[in-house]
Amino acid sequence: MNYFELFGFPTHFSIDNAQLSERYRELQRTVHPDKFANKSEQEKLLAVQKTAQINDGFQTLKNPIRRAEHILQLRGIDLSHETATVKDTSFLMQQMEWREALEDISAMADPHQGIDELQSSFKQHETEYSSILATNLEANANEANLIAADQIRKLKFMAKLQDELIRIEDDLFDL
Amino acid sequence: MAYSEEVIDHYENPRNVGSMDKNDPNVATGMVGAPACGDVMKLQLKINEEGIIEDAKFKTYGCGSAIASSSLVTEWVKGKTMEEAAKIKNTQIAQELALPPVKIHCSILAEDAIQAALEDFKSKQQALAQG
Repeated sequence: MNYFELFGFPTHFSIDNAQLSERYRELQRTVHPDKFANKSEQEKLLAVQKTAQINDGFQTLKNPIRRAEHILQLRGIDLSHETATVKDTSFLMQQMEWREALEDISAMADPHQGIDELQSSFKQHETEYSSILATNLEANANEANLIAADQIRKLKFMAKLQDELIRIEDDLFDL
Repeated sequence: MAYSEEVIDHYENPRNVGSMDKNDPNVATGMVGAPACGDVMKLQLKINEEGIIEDAKFKTYGCGSAIASSSLVTEWVKGKTMEEAAKIKNTQIAQELALPPVKIHCSILAEDAIQAALEDFKSKQQALAQG
């Protein structure tokens, strides 16, 4: 299933979020249960299945990491089920240092500043990986696809750091 | 999801947490990560002239199963030769900790950490031999 086609977009990494939400609402209307109240059980079932597809598609296209994964999946590279281990030592060392820094935040005199600093260095690296990802997805050659896959893996680690940061922030300021 | 008693024991009382000097020629460092869950694992082995693992330390950021897997591995490798340590398989780790199928990748990560550390040691020794 190509979710880009389902939503009427070209299979492209960059996407207009406002347009995506609008298409999502349009598609949802076409399968609304009210429309199928007087239809056969078969048609009702199909509408329910279509609804699930539309929801999956929206969640996939909305999230940049999942959108990129979907593009690679359409090109025959399945990352969502992989259990492969990353062994890029310098990248992992950096991850570990950031995890340690996150642990130290609560003991800081000014945790706000610590959070801001980490946030901006996370952002900076995320932007870098995303830009390499976009370029290589665009190139769509064998080697470029593998480089893109690597960026997706890195972005998953960054997403985990971001989650941890939010969790720590919530704990600290009792939000 | 319920953790097994073995996992909880290692999670609550992790063995051999810590770091060694990664620049020490006798210290091997293995760094591995799992993108699916963002887990990061560092395993360090102190290997003597006879190729025996004298000490092991780990630091893991991840779920209980990932911490337990690496903690268990540090206990297992101590006193073993490099060859013996290289033979430790993720299935043994998963069995000892009674890991459920969705957590098998944590034991794979621990096995890969041993391999990565041993590779690091070999490349360190080669670099030393070449002066």
